[in-house]
Amino acid sequence: MWALLTRDLRLAMRAGGGFGLGLAFFLLLAVLVPLGVGPEGGVLGAIAPGILWVGALLSCLLSLDRIFALDFEDGSLDLLATSPMPLEAVVAVKALAHWLVTGVPLTVVAPVLGVLLNLPGTGYGWLVLSLMLGTPALSVIGALGAALVVGVKRGGLLLSLLVLPLYVPTLIFGAEVVKRGAAGMEVSVPLLLLSGITLGAVALLPFAAAAAIRVNLR
Amino acid sequence: MIVEHLAVARGGVPVLEGLSFRLVGGAALILRGPNGVGKTTLLRTLAGLQPALAGRVSVPGESIAYAAHADGLKAVLTVEENLRFWAAIHGTDSVEAALEAMDLRALRGRLAANLSAGQKRRLGLARLLVTGRSFWLLDEPTVSLDAGSVALFGSVVRAHLAGGGAALMATHIDLGLAEAGVLDLSPFRAKAPAAGGRVGAFDEAFG
Repeated sequence: MWALLTRDLRLAMRAGGGFGLGLAFFLLLAVLVPLGVGPEGGVLGAIAPGILWVGALLSCLLSLDRIFALDFEDGSLDLLATSPMPLEAVVAVKALAHWLVTGVPLTVVAPVLGVLLNLPGTGYGWLVLSLMLGTPALSVIGALGAALVVGVKRGGLLLSLLVLPLYVPTLIFGAEVVKRGAAGMEVSVPLLLLSGITLGAVALLPFAAAAAIRVNLR
Repeated sequence: MIVEHLAVARGGVPVLEGLSFRLVGGAALILRGPNGVGKTTLLRTLAGLQPALAGRVSVPGESIAYAAHADGLKAVLTVEENLRFWAAIHGTDSVEAALEAMDLRALRGRLAANLSAGQKRRLGLARLLVTGRSFWLLDEPTVSLDAGSVALFGSVVRAHLAGGGAALMATHIDLGLAEAGVLDLSPFRAKAPAAGGRVGAFDEAFG
């Protein structure tokens, strides 16, 4: 498992690996929104939690189809399926690698971009915490979507349509945590729901994704 | 490996049926048959990548190494990194021996993207050696190999058989394995639907 994780991280870092694609998109969004909305500090601060969460979600979506499509095209997925490693573990490790390459960098730069969007000072801690808890769900749900469309040529559009509705609860509760936190309100309910979605997704979806891959490899 | 009354399908259409054979350690079997007869489908079924329509395959667990048309190489990793990855996945440590056997030592530091087609094929076949598994299922292993490499691979297969392994391969090129049996798949071709094949059930249900 360690070998697969280090290979995927190494592939992401080397030329053409797609590392930084999501990050660049997130950066562009956070720079362009203030220019589009105008310099009203109050308006920007009010929409900042939502914009940051939508940005993180779309950045995650950008690199999803790479999770399995590249391994399918060069035949590695067939060989991994016949290897001693269970396919469920392959899915879990690949989702973890995706999170390390997209979710973690997004979480780290989000506070910096929060400044651009005039996020109230009390919201920064909650922004980092909610992204830390919510982005793993984005990667695992995305891995399920990628497993469903593996083998479909140009499956990116289908993948987005499949995955976006499943992302909605994470988006709602994630943004709610930041919004309430910034306003100095109680955040425990959305925070618990956000964590619950992530834990449920991490526990169950690798099995669903592995089953989908088995069907698609036939 | 014991195969009894196996039937396999590609894209829902039965291609082979009533196939039985037995492959023991130290033996090699070469699959013959025209294009589309179902050689690849049979190998994928035996590898466990798709279910059989009917029949039984008995094989010791975790003993099959499958080499498909695609080599499963990552273009941005070097030859050695590619092999080390598969060795780690299979929990073996025979990378050096595999590099030696397939004559890849001089290329170990080169990115797979910069290999020729034949060199990529040799690397794909070297992967079989690091799996440490005894049953090799080979799908056209000699594609894009030159005469020297074909002979080299023939000797690698012979060494594998001498070590108690077995190989089932679909190939049209003579590997110089005089002891290998030949299995012609043409007589096992599934009957056309009109002649009472199993697709008939669909017409019965909706006709």
